Amino acid sequence: MTESSSEATKRLNVKRQTLDDAYAAPANFLEIDVINPITHGVAKKRYTDYEVRMRTNLPVFKQKESSVRRRYSDFEWLRNELERDSKIVVPNLPGKALKKQMPFRQDDGIFEEEFVEDRRKGLEVFVNKIAGHPLAQNEKCLHMFLQDVTIDKNYVPGKIRNT
Amino acid sequence: MNFLGFGQSAEIDIQLDGADTRKTAEIRTVDDRKDKLLLYYDGEGVSGKVNITLKKAGQKLEHQGIKVEFIGQIELFYDRGNHHEFVSLVKDLARPGDLTENTTFSFDFAQVEKPYESYTGNNVKLRYFVRVVISRRMSDIVREQDIIVHSLSTYPDVNNSIKMEVGIEDCLHIEFEYNKSKYHLKDTIVGKIYFLLVRIKIKHMELAIIKREMSGSTPSLFQDSETIAKFEIMDGAPVRGESIPIRLFLAGYDLTPTMKDINKKFSVRYFLNLVLVDEEERRYFKQQEIILWRKGEKLRKGQQAQMTNAMQQYTATSVVRVDPVDDVSDGEDS
Repeated sequence: MTESSSEATKRLNVKRQTLDDAYAAPANFLEIDVINPITHGVAKKRYTDYEVRMRTNLPVFKQKESSVRRRYSDFEWLRNELERDSKIVVPNLPGKALKKQMPFRQDDGIFEEEFVEDRRKGLEVFVNKIAGHPLAQNEKCLHMFLQDVTIDKNYVPGKIRNT
Repeated sequence: MNFLGFGQSAEIDIQLDGADTRKTAEIRTVDDRKDKLLLYYDGEGVSGKVNITLKKAGQKLEHQGIKVEFIGQIELFYDRGNHHEFVSLVKDLARPGDLTENTTFSFDFAQVEKPYESYTGNNVKLRYFVRVVISRRMSDIVREQDIIVHSLSTYPDVNNSIKMEVGIEDCLHIEFEYNKSKYHLKDTIVGKIYFLLVRIKIKHMELAIIKREMSGSTPSLFQDSETIAKFEIMDGAPVRGESIPIRLFLAGYDLTPTMKDINKKFSVRYFLNLVLVDEEERRYFKQQEIILWRKGEKLRKGQQAQMTNAMQQYTATSVVRVDPVDDVSDGEDS
């Protein structure tokens, strides 16, 4: 009885991990930074945009390194596209701050350093959450957002096909 | 109706035979405590004594008959009052008349069929009990005494391992393996998770035992899921080629055997849920059913005689059971 019970509880046979696999570079490297906020224009026609810099080794992304400039409305566009097309629960963006855009404010509204920094952090969290989601990684809109210099709003929505 | 047997006139006390030698078992009660009751198996007789004590000495108790019943029933909590009896045996103890003094009656239900195991769940309850009823014009005096019934099985003939490759295309591929598909209640789940492809950032991996109780039928179908156990089997990010071992001891958990479609009223099934959690708290999971069965325990000498005796008596009848009681003599010293 004891022999059969030790057979029953013996560890299962495992394949030895090759040293190549053990010490290889991780296959899940994905780093996206939202940095360098720059406010362009003057007076009423100002807007702030941010550098979205991505470094990855995931094969689903065509470019392993990319850097583009995006503004808040571009992030809103991305969120809407994903809400409509992908099956994921899209995380929320940092606030739109409409109150801060009203006239007759004491401070600089949405161009205040503190506000821009908070928004930058929120956008970084947002884009990392999405880009790491397996179901969002297939969406053309995400790839266009991260890697194309300009966003073509007249694109044909769809999924990335595996090459 | 007074279920505690405390009428104004009389008190009923049920004593089951062999209470000092018979094994007891514990079963969960409705308020999550544990009740210790005598343990019976299929085919065993249920016998004992009924003591009726008169409260007011000198005053006689008029009654319309005294009977003792052995009942096996399924109670569905959403359908209170509507109990489904699948075993019902009655024996008359006394014809209508008067009781003038404290009386003791004996009863013996021989070779009682107990096809299902006692079970107390969240929406359904299956119980066996002895009930004594003193019928009277106005209100009956009733007393019930529960017992626990276990259904034993033997080692299954076929018990293949569960081995499967699952994943999300191009993101995560794993191969999981559990050494058996049918486990007894004191068994150990031995397995492994092998990572074929890891392109997401995994934070940890856990294994859970889930009990799913399905009761009732349309329109009122109840599915109750309960996580019995959960523990972490891996902390940190694995890479391709890594194997994570699994060793989960079932004896420490409050488990029942898998019950499929009991009397067409309810089912209790168990699942192993493997969950991987990534850095963004996204959960990737794979649920796999396992069959749990109850193994006969090694008995002490006296009890073994009692069991084999019951089995011999039982197999003499015409009903044939699908899972025979485990033969506990395994060649070692008894």
